[in-house]
Amino acid sequence: MAETGATSQNNPWRWLVVGVPYLWLLVFFTAPFLIIFKISLSDTAIAMPPYTPTFEGFGAIGDFLSQLDVENYLFLTEDPLYINAYLSSLRMALISTGLLLLIGYPMALAMARAPSTIRPTLLMMVILPFWTSFLIRVYAWIGILKPEGLLTLLLQSIGLFGPDQQVQIFRTDYAVFIGIVYSYLPFMVLPLYSALEKMDNTLLEAASDLGCPPWKAFWKITFPLSLPGVIAGSMICFIPITGEFVIPDLLGGAETLMIGKTLWTEFFGNRDWPLASAVAVLLLLALVVPIVIFQNQQQKVR
Amino acid sequence: MKQTVLRMLALAATALTSTAALAQERVVHVYNWSDYIDESVLEDFTKETGIKVVYDVFDSNELVETKLLAGGSGYDVVVPTGPFLARQIKAGVFQKLDKSKLPNLSNMWPLVSERLAKYDPGNEYAVNYMWGTTGIGYNVDKVKAALGDIPVDSWDILFKPENAAKLKSCGINILDASDETFAIAMNYIGKDPDSKVAADLEAGGEVYKKIRPNVKTFNSSAYIDELANGDTCITIGWSGDILQAKARAEEAKNGVKVDYVIPKEGTYMWFDNLAIPADAKNVAEAHAFINFLMKPEVIAKASNYVQYANGNLASQKFIEESVLKNPSVYPNEATLAKLFTISPYDPRAQRVINREWTAIKTGQ
Repeated sequence: MAETGATSQNNPWRWLVVGVPYLWLLVFFTAPFLIIFKISLSDTAIAMPPYTPTFEGFGAIGDFLSQLDVENYLFLTEDPLYINAYLSSLRMALISTGLLLLIGYPMALAMARAPSTIRPTLLMMVILPFWTSFLIRVYAWIGILKPEGLLTLLLQSIGLFGPDQQVQIFRTDYAVFIGIVYSYLPFMVLPLYSALEKMDNTLLEAASDLGCPPWKAFWKITFPLSLPGVIAGSMICFIPITGEFVIPDLLGGAETLMIGKTLWTEFFGNRDWPLASAVAVLLLLALVVPIVIFQNQQQKVR
Repeated sequence: MKQTVLRMLALAATALTSTAALAQERVVHVYNWSDYIDESVLEDFTKETGIKVVYDVFDSNELVETKLLAGGSGYDVVVPTGPFLARQIKAGVFQKLDKSKLPNLSNMWPLVSERLAKYDPGNEYAVNYMWGTTGIGYNVDKVKAALGDIPVDSWDILFKPENAAKLKSCGINILDASDETFAIAMNYIGKDPDSKVAADLEAGGEVYKKIRPNVKTFNSSAYIDELANGDTCITIGWSGDILQAKARAEEAKNGVKVDYVIPKEGTYMWFDNLAIPADAKNVAEAHAFINFLMKPEVIAKASNYVQYANGNLASQKFIEESVLKNPSVYPNEATLAKLFTISPYDPRAQRVINREWTAIKTGQ
């Protein structure tokens, strides 16, 4: 036993297996992040690229470093617009994740309890929308929700709406919620399903034998056992929703304030790459720090 | 965003096909505004010169600028608007035109070239493609129903809060182009439209804040259709766009009557110009393309199609009467005198207006 342990320590394959994900993170996460972080410390300029200083090589590195400052971060704290945009994004993401759980959990539960013969079909139906471009699916919602769109026509044809009445959902926050919940639902259902499917159903039988009502059995057994799925699904949805740009841009109104749109304005409208980078760095910190703390807590519990 | 993604796909597709077609084929990569050319002009160019045109479109100056500033855009001819052109020249984005390769320059309209020189001193980097104004587009019947039989000839119709309140239910759109909207508002309240003083810019912003509760949308491309199908009844918009909305409504025979007016207080006159990026790969082809567009009969064909005036004086005899005699397209001397241009915003002023504009749009 001791011998195999020693060889696995020195096995070059082992290092490769561990090294590849780290290399991946280094090249595709750490390096871009450092570039963004560096730009966030520079100043705008009318030049290509539109900021100064640019890195001119290691010879002038002292000069280069001396020109960097945290001015952009100070500006972000002075102006309530950015704080409001962050808070508004977090609010949207929180509500959306809540709605996703409410809709996704029953779906996942029904799928997990369905006869094993039809489960692959149900799973396929959840994944099927991915075969169409995300953009086209969001555009389809414009066709449904706009005032003269399909929803209005439907409500008028069944007599719920008069001929002059139109649905006023498009270009409001409601449309954004609909778009987000629709687009992210598979990301919530799949982790929940995989957690629920693994559950040992004999536990529920035992509970019922001992006189536990089904709703109590759900809260005492099913839900706690599915908690890893709930957490995974919520995180997979919450994090990208906070930075979401496409859905609020296409479905939201002018008053939909989200950090993704603010970032877009800074980058394109203002061509203020340094400030846009500072917004992005803070967004990342606002999301990563709580998650790391949470992960550490989980580790300790185990 | 949608445009970006579509364009990336288009670019990827053209990149694949053009590398496959090898280098012996002469090409020019053109990046122009959407709905801004008669496609047959491109075919004519290929027929005459044998140069293939890879044509790609955008709908905002900001997108183009970001691509150009990042470098390596891959385009040989781009069409930025005045103030953007000026800033991009300063940033070193463009190369000087080789005027020996542009004999058709003699056809250009001195009045337009002179005004364009504000952005491009000495006309060294750019040639005007089209120019136009930013005015009011409106649904004739609906505005009359809301405001009564008053003449629509002033910015008052939109900027007076009591008028805006009456127009609210039929749909107000504001062009989402802050550089222009601020200049127009400052001109309206009697300040210098070209002012870069924060207090003036904020006073300009106030004009929109007062009418904000009555504004339905802020967009700069969807409003064409919304005006044509009656969803929007009054908008700040670009002259040619409104005339396109008018034509679409007439085609659809939906009873919507659209009209365009240059308000009597004057408005912003803009220029979209052809320029060659410094890192363009097909410089000779780019010059050939620009020179071709400066042929009077070619640019006249484009103007007849898009209903925008061009900066080519010799082309005017080839332009249809309905376009040339339309004061919304080719304004008369008196109106021309009241049109103003603006210089680019410095970073500080830019931050003020974008900050204000976000606050206005989000109703903060």
